[in-house]
Amino acid sequence: MKNPTKKRIFPKEEYCLGCHLCEIYCISAHSKEKNLVKLFKMPNRPYPRILVEEKEGEYITFALQCRHCDEPYCITACISGALQMDQNKHLIICDEEKCVGCWSCILVCPYGAIRRNDNKKIASKCDLCIERGIPACVENCPNEALELREV
Amino acid sequence: MKHVIIGNSIACAGCIEGIRRISKEDEIIVISDEPYHIYSRPLISYWLSGKIPTEKIYYRPLDYYEKNKIKTILGKKAIKVDFEVQRVILEDGQEIEYDKLLIATGGKPFIPPIKGYPKESVFTFIKFDDVKRIDKELKPNINTVVVGAGLSGLKAAEALIKRGCKVKVVELANKILGSILDEFSAKKVKDYLEEKGIEFYLENSVVEILGKNKVERIILQKGEELKVDILIIAIGVIPNVDIFKDTPLKLRRGILVNERMETNINNVYAAGDVVESLDLITGNQRVIPILPNAYTQGKIAGINMAGGEAMYDGSFPINSIGFFDIHIMTGGINNPQENTEILEKWDEDTKIYKKIYIDDNKITGFIFINSFDRTGIIVDLMRKKVNISEIKHKILSDNFGLLDFPREFRREKIFGGV
Repeated sequence: MKNPTKKRIFPKEEYCLGCHLCEIYCISAHSKEKNLVKLFKMPNRPYPRILVEEKEGEYITFALQCRHCDEPYCITACISGALQMDQNKHLIICDEEKCVGCWSCILVCPYGAIRRNDNKKIASKCDLCIERGIPACVENCPNEALELREV
Repeated sequence: MKHVIIGNSIACAGCIEGIRRISKEDEIIVISDEPYHIYSRPLISYWLSGKIPTEKIYYRPLDYYEKNKIKTILGKKAIKVDFEVQRVILEDGQEIEYDKLLIATGGKPFIPPIKGYPKESVFTFIKFDDVKRIDKELKPNINTVVVGAGLSGLKAAEALIKRGCKVKVVELANKILGSILDEFSAKKVKDYLEEKGIEFYLENSVVEILGKNKVERIILQKGEELKVDILIIAIGVIPNVDIFKDTPLKLRRGILVNERMETNINNVYAAGDVVESLDLITGNQRVIPILPNAYTQGKIAGINMAGGEAMYDGSFPINSIGFFDIHIMTGGINNPQENTEILEKWDEDTKIYKKIYIDDNKITGFIFINSFDRTGIIVDLMRKKVNISEIKHKILSDNFGLLDFPREFRREKIFGGV
């Protein structure tokens, strides 16, 4: 049986510039439109699956995405069955066709790492760029403030 | 090992998935009186309103039973369990033996005695069959009345409005959503729902249902007489324990279980809306009929049934519910004690309401309306009973997040995993 490694993205507060490029590249990675400028101006553009925490007047910022918990609360709370653990890949996937936007996942995520895609009224969460290979946020962070590590 | 599950809803899925973590080969039989592939009961109002098509009401893919090697007996009611010989007896006389049994019979509608009940076009609002029957009779502009202004009653009312019906809601209490909202927010939500066309009759109840075979009118306790084409009774849900009355199975309101989800009878487990479990906030054992509990309890039962080890550590009520364009999240207690500290804010422009109850520096309850993006962080603080004295002043801020916590706490949270 295939035994792929389990990977997680970790933020480094001390390197994060708060530039939000991770969000832009995340949107691009999950969109058919790859041109960043066009993408940025697109009405109803997709939502990022990563969020940058920042506070006015504070220098600390960091980017956070789904931690892909081993015993995820979001999956137990999902009323539609959209959220499922991909056993082989050790990650949590949201089937956007099934999601009904009840936000139960947001109610239970201990990290507050699931965002709302308000255009489509569905949960917007990190899939570790499963189809892309290397997560776009990690690859494009200009200051290496995001790190993909095997755990 | 042969596992039998009575009930085919969320606790059942949790149980199947729990068993399969431990054993890929154990035999599993699912029995349900409903003839459907496993579906999500909270989605029935979405289905009725037209928001989702039938294929989206299913909680797991259509090849779920096959992939998990499940034998199903659907559309047949289990009428008795003979605990002595470990057999479930079905309505057609068939007997199913088990090595381990999960009782996941869920809840059933509470219907108070009402003169003239039952009649045609009087429905409950719990199962797929309920909304299928309602759907057949729905036409724009007909007069519908929902009894009960709780979570499911108001979801029913919303769906009926979306289908173009006239909707009146009758509620015994003096406020709507009494189990989750305070006076202030209940009034705000009621005002909003009235704008959407729902008419409320609070502190009132149905005393008589009139009509030949079919409901035609109802009489309310305060004397009003309403013309009714469809009446929906959605007062509440009670544990579905009918077939276990006068058996050795220990019951109070719901079935009593230990932290392994075992009942008092050997090899018999129970999970979901049919059981009483520990409320982490109040410390009481009670029925907490919410979907995440059902799944988690089912999973824990399943792991233990298959020979693994898992413990249920309790929960508390949490809800995420939307009506039209407003969204409400609540959790924990809704009845502050004398010493309960209350943080509260309301913004008239954005219609954002936030309220947090704090006892002994720990969050014991909250109500968030129209602003709820990182509520899970709050729920986690409640689960872990974290002392919040250091962050209390930040907790209602608009962009409350992990940055509001001390650095070490945040690092441990992100790097430590759940």
